Amino acid sequence: MRFLYSLSIILFFSVFITGCKNRTTNVEAGIRDQILHLGNGTEPQDLDPHTVTGVPEHHILMALFEGLVTPDPVDLHPVPGVAKNWDISEDGLLYTFHLNKNAKWSNGDPVTAEDFRLSYKRMLTPSLASEYAYMLHYVVGAKEYNLGELTDFNQVGFRAIDPHTFQVTLKQPTPFFLNLLVHPSWWPVHIPTVEKFGGLERKGTQWTRPENLVGNGPFTLKEWKFSQKIIVEKSPTYWDRDQVKLHQIHFYPIESQETEERMFRSGQLHKTNEIPLSKIDVYRRDHPELLHIDPYLGIYFYRINTTIPPLDKPKVRRALALAIDRDSLVTNVLKGGQQSALSFTPPNTAGYIPKAQLKGGSDEARKLLAEAGYPNGEGFPTVELLYNTSESHKIIAEVIQEMWSTNLNIQAELVNQEWKVYLDSQDTLSFQICRAGWIADYVDPHVFLEIFVTDGGNNDTGWSNQEYDSLLEEALAQSDQAKRYEVYQRMEKILMDELPIIPIYVYTRPYLLHPSVKGHYPTKLDNHPYKYIYLEADSSE
Amino acid sequence: MIRYITGRIFQAIPVLLILITVTFFMLRFVPGGPFTAEKAITPEVLRNLEAHYGMDKPLLNQYLSYMGNLLFHGDFGPSFKYSNRTVNEIIAQKLPVSLELGAWSLAVALFLGLSLGILASLKPNSWLDYIPSTISMVGICLPTFVLGPLLVLFCSIKMGWFNASGWFDPIDRVLPALTLGGYYAAYIARLTRGGMREVLSQDFIRTARAKGASETRVILKHSLKGGLLPVVSFLGPAVAGIISGSFVIETIFQVPGLGREFVNSAFNRDYTLVLGTVILYATLIIVFNLLVDIVQVWLNPKLKFE
Repeated sequence: MRFLYSLSIILFFSVFITGCKNRTTNVEAGIRDQILHLGNGTEPQDLDPHTVTGVPEHHILMALFEGLVTPDPVDLHPVPGVAKNWDISEDGLLYTFHLNKNAKWSNGDPVTAEDFRLSYKRMLTPSLASEYAYMLHYVVGAKEYNLGELTDFNQVGFRAIDPHTFQVTLKQPTPFFLNLLVHPSWWPVHIPTVEKFGGLERKGTQWTRPENLVGNGPFTLKEWKFSQKIIVEKSPTYWDRDQVKLHQIHFYPIESQETEERMFRSGQLHKTNEIPLSKIDVYRRDHPELLHIDPYLGIYFYRINTTIPPLDKPKVRRALALAIDRDSLVTNVLKGGQQSALSFTPPNTAGYIPKAQLKGGSDEARKLLAEAGYPNGEGFPTVELLYNTSESHKIIAEVIQEMWSTNLNIQAELVNQEWKVYLDSQDTLSFQICRAGWIADYVDPHVFLEIFVTDGGNNDTGWSNQEYDSLLEEALAQSDQAKRYEVYQRMEKILMDELPIIPIYVYTRPYLLHPSVKGHYPTKLDNHPYKYIYLEADSSE
Repeated sequence: MIRYITGRIFQAIPVLLILITVTFFMLRFVPGGPFTAEKAITPEVLRNLEAHYGMDKPLLNQYLSYMGNLLFHGDFGPSFKYSNRTVNEIIAQKLPVSLELGAWSLAVALFLGLSLGILASLKPNSWLDYIPSTISMVGICLPTFVLGPLLVLFCSIKMGWFNASGWFDPIDRVLPALTLGGYYAAYIARLTRGGMREVLSQDFIRTARAKGASETRVILKHSLKGGLLPVVSFLGPAVAGIISGSFVIETIFQVPGLGREFVNSAFNRDYTLVLGTVILYATLIIVFNLLVDIVQVWLNPKLKFE
């Protein structure tokens, strides 16, 4: 018995002593060796730029692949990537890209125009079932090929003129075309590698494993420890390798925000993906230098099912929208630096500032409700407010429920559903009012305004307006930026008059960042091109 | 005994088959599917995705081909969420981690639990009893999601002894094993104390003491075997729980085990991964219950295999 106890005491202390050995944290070692440690949300589905859809995947792929253009680290405007420059025809339909002759794959092969052509062919192949294939639909014949209506890929608007000249023909001028190209769906894959492992038309093959993957980005895939971390290492073949200062990046899939925050505090991470809401105030007070709140091009809003009474009346919808005190919600509840949303497109999206804005307070709201036949909320049925199960959505719903009750004297019943059930309800219009969010894939008002086209896959409100639909077409055909934004203003006006949705707030992206991380700028899409990032011990420390 | 074991195995087969069938069909009737996403996909893409995974065929055909692959090839199919991995591969990578965490936790649970329990049983209603009993009561009441972060707060963030999370070096096993093991240790301590108290008050113990056997011998040789009976029956479900139910621990400590997949696959509607983990855990529970029954017969001469 006594022996057992002395043994246990020895064991216990030996564990502590090994633990005490003057440990260097990841952050310290990282600064010394230029190794960046990042919290990255969830485990990636895959690392195939043509089949993945999530943000964590995007963060990793940005290190491994590069498109014709790449985002500028400060404001994300397109700067040369594989293409060293490009010409645009007068009518804005023909883009000619001149590829950088030094652009190489990680196995040494040159990146050619044919690589791009075949990559886009793969992206559009119906049987690959790429969820983002529609990002290419702006090109002549692309949609038809993707839907299987066209089988000859030569009729699609992609041409490899010679190994270093690539041409794209668009259906309409699509002025935001270059912004689209920074999206992974427009990045090339190494055709021989993909072919070797199951072919171009199959998804989920072994080509994305570290031992197989060939990329053309600033980093190469070194290790993929499933559910633990992904390590990428500086590529020796990347054309702009002199710009790359980081030696490695370690991506950790950390689903729990609390766990991530503790890892950051113990020096395991240079940057977190998120921060728990409850910690924002604490960091703001004690460590403002670590807390970063970036603008984020996304909107939090409520969808209204416009097919059922009394929500089919625009006046009722307007009353509901005006009865929400957004400023109070943002400052007292959310506290993450969010902005009240008075229009659907967030202000200053690529220079576009929506003029149509929600105006009027609760008095106006009561008046409208009375005009709609419900003076002081009398006779107004209880409405159901649906959100996906989550503490933060619940709090917002409760606050809005209270505001409607106080300002309009109408009752809302809160209903929460598990994520996929909620998505299904939203998709099948099995709700009255439901919470929603929309994050932009690229910086242009089009991303937001295209949602509410009649029967659009993401419309989910039952709302339809012919003028709105034709304006959307008109905008795509308009190559002059100012004139195009005028069209968007008219669309925004229709949307704000009819209000199939209630805009609530514009997202922000709060996270924690160690001061040693340099070259990291607040960008609207949470994109931070790694080739500009480096680590430097803070002189003040 | 062989007959008993084969009998039990034959009983388990229909249980598993029914479980697989019920799970398979229940999953399909839950709203939302593996391809339901915030940004809606077009009907054409959905059709092609379904064709890729063989979901365009009638449900019954899908069921038959799933069962066929499972029974004849041991193939759980591809994962829907992790598109370049098969369920077999995911289980092969993650199960050993869960088993390792389980083994360390079990070691902690047994070591702490038995020591505290025996200690408490020696001099009932004295400080030697109150202190271990209080510790174990606190352990039972303190959920792992409180104990875990507390340990991290003190041992990693304040003292810097360990990483806050991760599963990279051997030292990373300490905190998760202490947290998960600590919880079960508390139960084991209570059960051991109870079991030991009962045995220690019996006639044959008085006989042993009268014979002049040392206290150590009385405890280790004469009472422990009988005193452990309640612990053993608790261990069956506990071991299955330690291995499968470590979702919270795996999340707090970033342990790449199967417990997290068990829960997340259901949220992701990753049909094949849900089935894979359900089948695996069901088998584990059946096996551990069988083992416990065998050990109980061995420990308790009053029981027999029937």
